[in-house]
Amino acid sequence: MIRFLVRRLLALAISLIVASFVVFAVIEVIPGDPAAFMLGLNASPETVAALRETLGLTGSLPARYLSWAGGMLTGDFGISYTYRVPVADLVAGRLAVSLPLALLSLALSTAIALPVGLYAAARRGRAGDAAVMGLTQLGIAVPNFWFAMLLVLVFAVGLRWLPAGGFPGWEAGALPALGALLLPSVALALPQAAILARVLRSALIETLEQDYIRTARAKGLSRSRALTHHALRNALVPVLTILGMQFSFLLAGAIIIENVFYLPGLGRLIFQAITQRDLIVVESVVMILVFAVILVTFATDIAYALVDPRLRRRA
Amino acid sequence: MKTRRMRPGLALGAALSLAALLLALLSLVWTPHDIGALDIAGKLRGPSAAHWLGTDHFGRDVASMLMAGARTSIAVAVVAVGIGMALGVPLGLIAAAGAGGWLDEIIMRGNDLIFAFPSLVIAILITAVFGPSALNAILAIGIFNIPVFARVARGGALGLWTLDYIRAARVAGKGTARISAEHILPNIANLLIVQGTIQFSLGILAEAGLSYVGLGAQPPTASWGRMLAEAQTMVTLAPHVALFPGLAIVLTVLGLNLLGDGLRDALDPRGRGRQA
Repeated sequence: MIRFLVRRLLALAISLIVASFVVFAVIEVIPGDPAAFMLGLNASPETVAALRETLGLTGSLPARYLSWAGGMLTGDFGISYTYRVPVADLVAGRLAVSLPLALLSLALSTAIALPVGLYAAARRGRAGDAAVMGLTQLGIAVPNFWFAMLLVLVFAVGLRWLPAGGFPGWEAGALPALGALLLPSVALALPQAAILARVLRSALIETLEQDYIRTARAKGLSRSRALTHHALRNALVPVLTILGMQFSFLLAGAIIIENVFYLPGLGRLIFQAITQRDLIVVESVVMILVFAVILVTFATDIAYALVDPRLRRRA
Repeated sequence: MKTRRMRPGLALGAALSLAALLLALLSLVWTPHDIGALDIAGKLRGPSAAHWLGTDHFGRDVASMLMAGARTSIAVAVVAVGIGMALGVPLGLIAAAGAGGWLDEIIMRGNDLIFAFPSLVIAILITAVFGPSALNAILAIGIFNIPVFARVARGGALGLWTLDYIRAARVAGKGTARISAEHILPNIANLLIVQGTIQFSLGILAEAGLSYVGLGAQPPTASWGRMLAEAQTMVTLAPHVALFPGLAIVLTVLGLNLLGDGLRDALDPRGRGRQA
């Protein structure tokens, strides 16, 4: 296990370093001077020179990279050019929206997918299975932002149960804040739940066909007990993998969904930063998101090594 | 029993995919109305005999715009899948030919790295730097298709390399590249076609998402995602402007997914249905 952990940690470090090169390079290849790019055409040479100084653009390329990467490591993400506040503070404030949104939709999608997957696997090949799997096909095909618009149309405009958008802030109390996050997280959760239910179903069915389940059944174990006590545990490996992969989709989805509901999360921050040409914010937020995805992948690897000891040797 | 149950899915999938393709092709020569024709007086009308799917906020014909939008979606997805296949398949074949070696290690670790990047975030980064356009959307989607095809090609090829007729070809003096091209590639074509169908549908969803947030095709090119973005503020006044583009996306993606699943089951008798 130690060997496995060391190998994975090494891979994690390499991924992070290469990722930081890529993000840094993309920002560097902007034709011309980033300072001039940020200030637009009408900026005076003095302002551009002053900004170059603040951005630390005066050093050599390796020096600039080291100061940026070093800053990221110590939690210093630079100062936003348009907001005039440290990027770290901006990100922390936006995370208070994006993180609960992601967690809520992850919980929702798991809560939907587990019973659906179990049901379909138990009724394999019968009408119930076919109906449920047809629905999941539909769930996968629905773009989450369109589903979000339909939800708004029904639950916010039609029934007036929930707000159509905006975020009151956690200061307004947990209930109004969660109410504002409910429709967005449902919109995010649906396609994820559909994928998860399908993976769970096929993993369960595969496990159910194995000899030890047949033995357990032959010894008098009931179908449902075999499913919930034996198959579910072994079906967890592919499900965990998909959950880990979904984090990246969830993040991407959240960026779009935040724009549908006007939620002040990381996604909206990126788009605002792009339109305001605030490259410091774009660069840092992208790096933070990539970092989060790489970290979650790492955590998933470790998690299924714990669930399934056989995987430790293969890594 | 399994295959028999899947056949209606395959037929439905093929029909929906074909319909989207034909409408896109038809839009090149004919649409019910000119998509550039504005009619402010007749804006946001519901479906009628003159405008089958109604008109949008500029009085443009929704049905015509959907047909032209299909063209954009399909074109973006086709090129993105093409990029993924053209670069990913050779990489996967090279990795499989030298399985376990340093080249294999480098290619697969590079693959993992691209997988680790949240694709939409990178698409945003690309468009932040180079400006929004259909071309940048294609690039952003295409890059993330490369590791998918590399993995599928490698996985399919690995098993083949151990087979006797490949060894025989080796003994007959054929080089690695020639064996890969002449014997391995034709035998993994099925896998690649199925994966291509699935990536195609993902590409259409991705293009819709990107153009919805303004990072895809720019006006005056018609695009389903942008139609939805424009419809968002008018959804209470005229739900049809939001309904039809969404339905177009759902039906096309559903069709391609059903087609991919059906092909997988039809081409691989041992297939247990799609994993995800």
